[in-house]
Amino acid sequence: MRSQPYRAVNGGALDRTRPLRFTFDGRTYEGYEGDTLASALLANGVRLVGRSFKYHRPRGVYGLGAEEPNALVRVGEGAAATPNLKATEVLLRDAMVVRSQNRWPSLSLDAGALAGALSRVLPAGFYYKTFMGPPGWWMLFEPFIRRAAGLGRPPEGTDPDRYGRRFAHCDVLVVGAGPAGLAAALAASSGGARVTLVDDADRLGGSLLQGPAAVDGLDAARWVGRAARTLDARPRVRVLRRALAFGYYDDNLVAVCEQVDGEGAPAPRERVWWIRAREVVLATGAVERGLVFPGNDRPGVMLASAARAYAWRHAVACGRRAVVTTNNDSAYDAIPALAGVGCEVAAVVDLRAGGPGEPAAALAEAAGARILRGYAVTATDGGVSLQGVEVRAVASSAEADGVLETRGPPEQIACDLLCVSGGWNPAVQLFSQSQGSLRWDAARAAFVPGQSRQRERSAGAAAGVEGLAAALESGHAAGEAAALACGLRASAGTSPRAEPAPERAPLRPVWRIAHPGGSGGKAFVDLQNDVTVDDVLLAEREGYRHPEHLKRYTTLGMGTDQGRVGGLNGVAVLASRLGRPVEAVGLTTFRAPTAPVTVGAIAGGEVGAQLAPTRLTPLHGWHEAAGAPMVPAGAWLRPRCYPRDGETQAEAIRREVTTVRGAVGLVDVSTLGKIEVRGRDAGAFLERIYANPVSDLAPGRVRYGLMLREDGLVFDDGTLARPDAASWYLTTTTANAARVLAHLERYAQTVWPSLAVHMVSVTDQWAAMAIAGPAARAVLARVCGAGAVSDGALPFMGCASAEIAGVTVRLLRITFSGELAYEVHVGADHGRLVWETLLEAGAAHGIAPYGTEAMGVLRIEKGHPAGPELDGNTTPRDLRLDRLLARKAEDFVGRRALERPGLVDPSRPRLVGLVSEDGQRIGAGAQLVTNPAAPKPLRTLGHVTSACLSPTLGRPIALALLTDGDARRGELLCAAAPVAGLHTRVRVTDPVFVDPKGRRPRG
Amino acid sequence: MLLIPCPHCGPRAQVEFAYGGDATVARPVDPDAVGARQWLDHVYLRENPKGPHLEWWQHVAGCRAWIRVRRDTVTHAVLGAATAAGSIEGGAS
Ligand SMILES: [Zn+2]
Repeated sequence: MRSQPYRAVNGGALDRTRPLRFTFDGRTYEGYEGDTLASALLANGVRLVGRSFKYHRPRGVYGLGAEEPNALVRVGEGAAATPNLKATEVLLRDAMVVRSQNRWPSLSLDAGALAGALSRVLPAGFYYKTFMGPPGWWMLFEPFIRRAAGLGRPPEGTDPDRYGRRFAHCDVLVVGAGPAGLAAALAASSGGARVTLVDDADRLGGSLLQGPAAVDGLDAARWVGRAARTLDARPRVRVLRRALAFGYYDDNLVAVCEQVDGEGAPAPRERVWWIRAREVVLATGAVERGLVFPGNDRPGVMLASAARAYAWRHAVACGRRAVVTTNNDSAYDAIPALAGVGCEVAAVVDLRAGGPGEPAAALAEAAGARILRGYAVTATDGGVSLQGVEVRAVASSAEADGVLETRGPPEQIACDLLCVSGGWNPAVQLFSQSQGSLRWDAARAAFVPGQSRQRERSAGAAAGVEGLAAALESGHAAGEAAALACGLRASAGTSPRAEPAPERAPLRPVWRIAHPGGSGGKAFVDLQNDVTVDDVLLAEREGYRHPEHLKRYTTLGMGTDQGRVGGLNGVAVLASRLGRPVEAVGLTTFRAPTAPVTVGAIAGGEVGAQLAPTRLTPLHGWHEAAGAPMVPAGAWLRPRCYPRDGETQAEAIRREVTTVRGAVGLVDVSTLGKIEVRGRDAGAFLERIYANPVSDLAPGRVRYGLMLREDGLVFDDGTLARPDAASWYLTTTTANAARVLAHLERYAQTVWPSLAVHMVSVTDQWAAMAIAGPAARAVLARVCGAGAVSDGALPFMGCASAEIAGVTVRLLRITFSGELAYEVHVGADHGRLVWETLLEAGAAHGIAPYGTEAMGVLRIEKGHPAGPELDGNTTPRDLRLDRLLARKAEDFVGRRALERPGLVDPSRPRLVGLVSEDGQRIGAGAQLVTNPAAPKPLRTLGHVTSACLSPTLGRPIALALLTDGDARRGELLCAAAPVAGLHTRVRVTDPVFVDPKGRRPRG
Repeated sequence: MLLIPCPHCGPRAQVEFAYGGDATVARPVDPDAVGARQWLDHVYLRENPKGPHLEWWQHVAGCRAWIRVRRDTVTHAVLGAATAAGSIEGGAS
């Protein structure tokens, strides 16, 4: 057999000098540059391209583009493979590796086809019934369903391709580059408006490329070329090819996925554009509807418009002998195209008693096709490929609800191609997403755009306009109007012209053709999801009478084709059963994406480390050079510890804690949130923000500060310092830095706008480090003079300026570890100099840098609440911080809510310490119970918030929130963390394990 | 994604803003002048209107201003925006 036996010798928009080889299920085929995968398969006579979703019925190429329900394939191999691509939308490339889907063990020998025989057990709502059915049903059916169902398989491994994202703005966005879209883009850009034109095909032109046509006296393809050059020459016009507009969001934001390049190229594979347009023109065209009759899914049954386009554009005969069946005149346009590629047209089975209009009839006669007026196809013959159709007379000529009964003896017509047309659906998906309301057009039996909600207009076939001349005019007018709506001029050019459309006989709405015996086999309304007429009728009987319910119960329209071909047929079948007009039943809501978009494209570059920014402290380089293992803390990376040669991390952490308690340590605390507050009323403002008194803070002093939320629960704790009379310097926890700033801004701007106060984040401007331990003062004294750090110059809770290595620093004498400690804040660029100077000066005292783990251990030993205790459920009293609030008379955020009975209940869980009695470690998050062996469910008394192995106490300790915590001092409990396999005997203690009188920091 | 007209910066994409809740409720000027019940209503109770609603948004990735935005909760249409103190289309409620 010669290569491409169904390809005509001449014709088509192909580059025949560039043959392309590809494999489909391991067999090698050839196509040409300009082919889609679908046209190349058809050229090679490949009819069977997939198995259907539920019944595993054989299926062939049915459509031309996004409407394709059957030809879903997996392209590429391994991690770069993409499943569920429509063969109609895949541009053929050399060496492309393609596999069919949804078949096992092979496409031609499919075990799942047995499901066809089992179809009685797979009715509408099968999954629901199985889920809801007797216990065990799901267990019984699950393995079968898992193997049989599902579309394609995800690729193995991490996607190696790159994906991009761009944001763009324009005056007028035109979606679709068919005749209406091109005319719109030309008109809109003629006066200088910024215009973006997007089209999902690789070439502009849309329907102009799918059949013979002339515009402005030029052959359509030449006119398209000229229009493209005109647009390219306009500097404010951007044209995106292979760019699918898949989402229409609020305020004219349209998402477009552009196929940038082939697999393996260095450029991104796909790029998502977020385009904000002042005006949008939707010229998305129309999609032909299928017809619903028994056996309408057999390979060889295809949309008439698709067969015509494959013949015209790709010089492919989709069969040797065709029958056309239609309820309208447009399908007749396929006849000359088929004849042109050597496909005989045996007959046109026209559902209308009156048949076609004169021009359409002439097309059939010219090709020698007889027209059967008032006839319908009631069955198809053949196995995995069509061999003939069975035709019967339509019984009644006046069916109002679109259900055609047939009668009489059948006539058999041999054919291997059946071209069907049930009319046209304007592609209203994007219009509908823009919240525009649809209107029923009775003459076309279709929903067309009605009232717009956003700044948008539809043009051409998408607006329900018929014929080339009218589409051009409609597009031109829409483009001009869009530019004017932007306040821009569109030049007074005239619309591109075409021959007026030939006269056409009216369409006859037909939703379903019934076999006289009532059977005749399955008639599909949704080919991709295997939804039949019987499924729709069953759903209706079971009470699913709203299209949204019908959709969910039967999966009608839920496939990757989104019911473009059959969705309306399905709804109309429901409507006819309900005895209601289609327009009263309505369609289901259209949602983004209009067609499948890869997850990679949506994620863009935001994968792995690029998912979110990583923040590095000014000392990061030093930590890295020291070999410290870095751990994420929110957006930050922080050093966990600094293991020395041969040390494990656990050993390093223990040594660091011991060094701080016994000598001196240095820790990077640059991640603390830092906020500077100024203004005449700064003190009064902060007094209302903090739960403890603060406005009496004198210059040169620093104080712990506790912020509540308005509901009385603890929001954040930190410090506030007053470096001088004019400014307040706040620190927050690392985690809450951004939230605290927004909180301050909210109260300053919206609640007390009369207060003269201003705040700004200075987190990134300051490096900060804490030097802690008995020798901290001695080390500081070496670098900034003993006078600067004497008790007189810098008492406990004092704040002062000093100089280290010639750099002015801010010293805060505060402690987090419970030791004598100072925070050193310095301009970020000098952070490393000061850090290294302190380490050098501290060498004689045995100074060691310490990381976040040691810092955590030190604060647990000191009973200092932090993140795990500030969990959004704790009050100041729960955390034993209520003494801070005791002497405050003024109002503050959260004060009134603290009166709530639930917050003052004395039995609330309260912060306590726990010591492991059996030496076993305590699980963070463990539940506290009296007897873990008691019958379940156990009553829990509280939970462990923070736990560590305390080097200072030489045993595991923890902080916990415990019901009646104070009354349980000394009690033995069990800290149960069953998932971790930990049941630890713990004794309840005071949470302050170290220096309970707080003498050390004052020393 | 909404386009929110910041009174300071002009129309900006929604991703630059953080939602701040109902702007029709105000913290009582004198917290001690209201009863505990009313105070808790102030903290917790919010209307969930269908249609135009006044909301706080903060332009966090812009000028950091807290602004009031009148937005239709059904259509998402932004009907107007103002500074915290400014007057807004359709009444100041
Ligand atoms: Zn702003």
